[in-house]
Amino acid sequence: MLGTYFTFPELMMWLPLVAGILCFFIKKESAVKTVAILASLGTLAVSVMSLFYSSPKFITYNNVNYYWLKYLGNSFNVGLDGTGRILTLLTAIAFPIIFIAIAKSSYKKASAFYGLMLLTQAGLMGVFCSVDALLFYFCWELALIPVYFLCSKWGGEKRIQTTFKFFVYTFTGSLLMLIGIIYVYLHTGPRVFEDGTHVLHSFALNAFYNANLNASEQNWLFWLFFVAFAIKMPVFPFHTWQPDTYDQSPTGVTMVLSGVMVKMGLFGVIRWLIPVFPLATIHFSHLVMILSIAGIIYASCIAIVQDNLKKLVAYSSIAHIGLMCASLFAMNEMSVQGVMLQMFNHGINIIGLWIVVEMVERQTGIKSISQLGGIASKAPVLTIMLVIIALANIALPLTNAFAGEFLMFSGLYRFNAWYAAFAGLGIILAAVYTLNMIQKIFYGDVNTITSSVKDIAWNEKLILGIIVCIIFIVGVYPQPLIELTKSAVENLVGKMN
Amino acid sequence: MNAIIFSAIWGIVMMFSGVFIKSKAVPKYLAILGIVLIFIANGIELNSGASFFSLDVHEMLRTGSFNLSFIAIALACTLVYFLLSGSDVEKVGPHVGEYFALIFFVLCGVALVATFNTLLLLFIGIEILSIPLYILTGSDKRNLRSNEAALKYFLMGAFSTGIMLMGIAFIYGGTPNASFFINNIQLGTGKMLVMIAVGMVMLLVAMSFKVSAAPFHFWTPDVYDGAPTVFTSFMSTIVKVAGFFAFVRLFENAFGSVQPQWQKLIVIITVATLLIGNVTAVFQQSVKRMLAYSSIAQAGFMLLALFALNQQAKEGLLLYSAAYSLATIGIFAVLIKMEDYTIDGFKGLAKQQPVLALTATVFLLSLTGIPLTAGFQSKFYMLMAAVENGNHFWLVIVAVLFAAISAYYYFRIIQAMYFKEASQDIVHTTEISTSFKITLVLVAILIIVLGVYPEFIIGWQYH
Repeated sequence: MLGTYFTFPELMMWLPLVAGILCFFIKKESAVKTVAILASLGTLAVSVMSLFYSSPKFITYNNVNYYWLKYLGNSFNVGLDGTGRILTLLTAIAFPIIFIAIAKSSYKKASAFYGLMLLTQAGLMGVFCSVDALLFYFCWELALIPVYFLCSKWGGEKRIQTTFKFFVYTFTGSLLMLIGIIYVYLHTGPRVFEDGTHVLHSFALNAFYNANLNASEQNWLFWLFFVAFAIKMPVFPFHTWQPDTYDQSPTGVTMVLSGVMVKMGLFGVIRWLIPVFPLATIHFSHLVMILSIAGIIYASCIAIVQDNLKKLVAYSSIAHIGLMCASLFAMNEMSVQGVMLQMFNHGINIIGLWIVVEMVERQTGIKSISQLGGIASKAPVLTIMLVIIALANIALPLTNAFAGEFLMFSGLYRFNAWYAAFAGLGIILAAVYTLNMIQKIFYGDVNTITSSVKDIAWNEKLILGIIVCIIFIVGVYPQPLIELTKSAVENLVGKMN
Repeated sequence: MNAIIFSAIWGIVMMFSGVFIKSKAVPKYLAILGIVLIFIANGIELNSGASFFSLDVHEMLRTGSFNLSFIAIALACTLVYFLLSGSDVEKVGPHVGEYFALIFFVLCGVALVATFNTLLLLFIGIEILSIPLYILTGSDKRNLRSNEAALKYFLMGAFSTGIMLMGIAFIYGGTPNASFFINNIQLGTGKMLVMIAVGMVMLLVAMSFKVSAAPFHFWTPDVYDGAPTVFTSFMSTIVKVAGFFAFVRLFENAFGSVQPQWQKLIVIITVATLLIGNVTAVFQQSVKRMLAYSSIAQAGFMLLALFALNQQAKEGLLLYSAAYSLATIGIFAVLIKMEDYTIDGFKGLAKQQPVLALTATVFLLSLTGIPLTAGFQSKFYMLMAAVENGNHFWLVIVAVLFAAISAYYYFRIIQAMYFKEASQDIVHTTEISTSFKITLVLVAILIIVLGVYPEFIIGWQYH
């Protein structure tokens, strides 16, 4: 059955896609929620199963190739490697968590909401699985369109302008990348299909890796790709869309955006930027790292003075992503391994943070930190959960982020001690704003706004409990995740040397 | 060949139908029947190369599969146009038969400009294509703006035709063996003869006028805005892409070998067209006028085919013609049903007419160039052609930046339809029938099919 009719990546794409389309036709809200949760749990099951079939002898389970736009040298080719596996796993875990966390909130036109969410998941899976450049581009854009509708329809007051800004930013970036893809494509060697068709050029990933590009071509192509990825991550100075969008989006979508979607940018760099333009990567690595580290410090400083809770989390996310981007360009095994681990951890932690933020906001209707206080006495369970997640967010030992950040910092230090030192400032600043936030919101005196806060319900306990478990398990024993991505890291670093 | 003669004949049939048939609904069905017949006749010629008429045209017409494919696309788009907007033609005035007759004469011109092999036939084709349009523009004769548009269009059109004729005369004079054949023009090896160069620039100007490329676009917004909406839909799609097809064929066959000498001119025109079309469209409040500017903006993208002039460009042009025409006809069909043409008039459409809003969204996404729609594939081909050409790489960057700007005005309609509440109930000019909705959905599906599987159109080139 498996391998002959279906492969893991296909299942991970088709399941949410079909379920998403199905959702549009269901009228009852509870039924839609059930379908969405079941579909996302099914995807999770497939994703977990794929982890057990990761050795090369199961290649037919993990890789499939259909003819599509053959005369262009393209195909519908999806496959899983280490990077793809860890990110599909993150996507697969994130969606059921999000669905259960928001199960209590009711949305107008729930069928469309859940349908679009599942379509987003399908698009994300497509991005992480595509091995053909054109397919990658398709999925890259298709993940964006449902998010555009989600944010514009269900977001906050200024949703339409904010979302449109977000859309135009990413759309411009991806169009630039499209030109880059076309240029590289026209410099690839011929592709021969199994049925003997000869095509002049090829969109296959390997053909891109072996494209005939000299150093100066790589140097400007690098930027066409990098801008697209940098906007998505976002790296300073391409980040200006992000705080507003996170602030205005419905929280469920914000979780997708910050937990999973930003990883598209990092993933793009890992699979489509560094190995395709190795010379340019070396040439620009310092510049990119300086930008990223400037972003870390800049975003952390803004987070400290930020009074809007949602924007605070958004800026903290920029800082974390900045660190990952910087480590990626340090290009040694330790730093890249750290990034792989941290991509997963950051996704889990930030979703946890958003769940807490959403609960606070839903119960009080307030996003302003200075107006809140004393929630700990009203909601002790929530507070404990939050403190654990927040400590993971600042990478305390025994939490998942510690393992990742430790590796990244060691890698950065090996590359350049100054960069590591400046990036390290980010950790200190993160501690400042995170602890400050906890103190102001959860401790202190109860005021009129927070006096009516209730503790969390079963679904939230369940979800936060799972997140806390993941935090500790990965914190204590990150080895399986490291094993999962090890070969991918070695491949990537090997290509650079 | 089949298409030229049959559409001329059917034009006459339609003309007489207006005299003999009193019912207003019959001409529409007659027109649909006619277009299907012509499509089949053209398909037979495309498939087997057999024409029903064995006329000796002395090589003055060239019917390759490329040219015939284009005619097939134009005919198919016209069929879609008749199905969607045919009943709205009936509402323009009492002379329904004549309107359809004029459209068939335009199609005869389209078929001519798609197959011409001499400058003379190009000229005749352009004229056959243009004159019925002047009449259609002014067909709403009690409306002052329609009259103004017709007059303006006619005067400007006549002027550009004059320039074209002058250009042809110069080229004819500069060619030693005095021939009108487009591949016979004496270009020499070094710089062109002055006479030929002047003639070429004049042709360039005249053709730019016909496809409303900047800076020869000034007639477009007023004419498109003033003409009855149902004819604007036809003019801005099928006729426009036919003009482009003629433009590309002329410059490829006649002046292709000296492309480096005139490529810079095309670059300037392309950038100007993209700039003016996109930037001005952003500021429009009326959807009809916005679509007029959007058609200029899309022309800028189609000019990339002329800039590149390679295999991808030719395939891309076919795809672009279909994608642009289908989406624009679709969006116009929705627009005709609206009483209020401003963007605010679209507020809350998703709630009241979900099918219309959904299909309009597909059309707008296609015009923006979002993947999985035909619009993406066509833009992709144009960009690929331009990159492959290798000169002026910055032009491609400029083009995509303007494509990003175009998202602004297309998405404004989507925003109005889905995310804003209507202040009052939307008034529709006519009842929105189920068959109209089904046709819209089918067109939207066709656009998506072309986006996933463009071989459907381009594949013909490989057989």
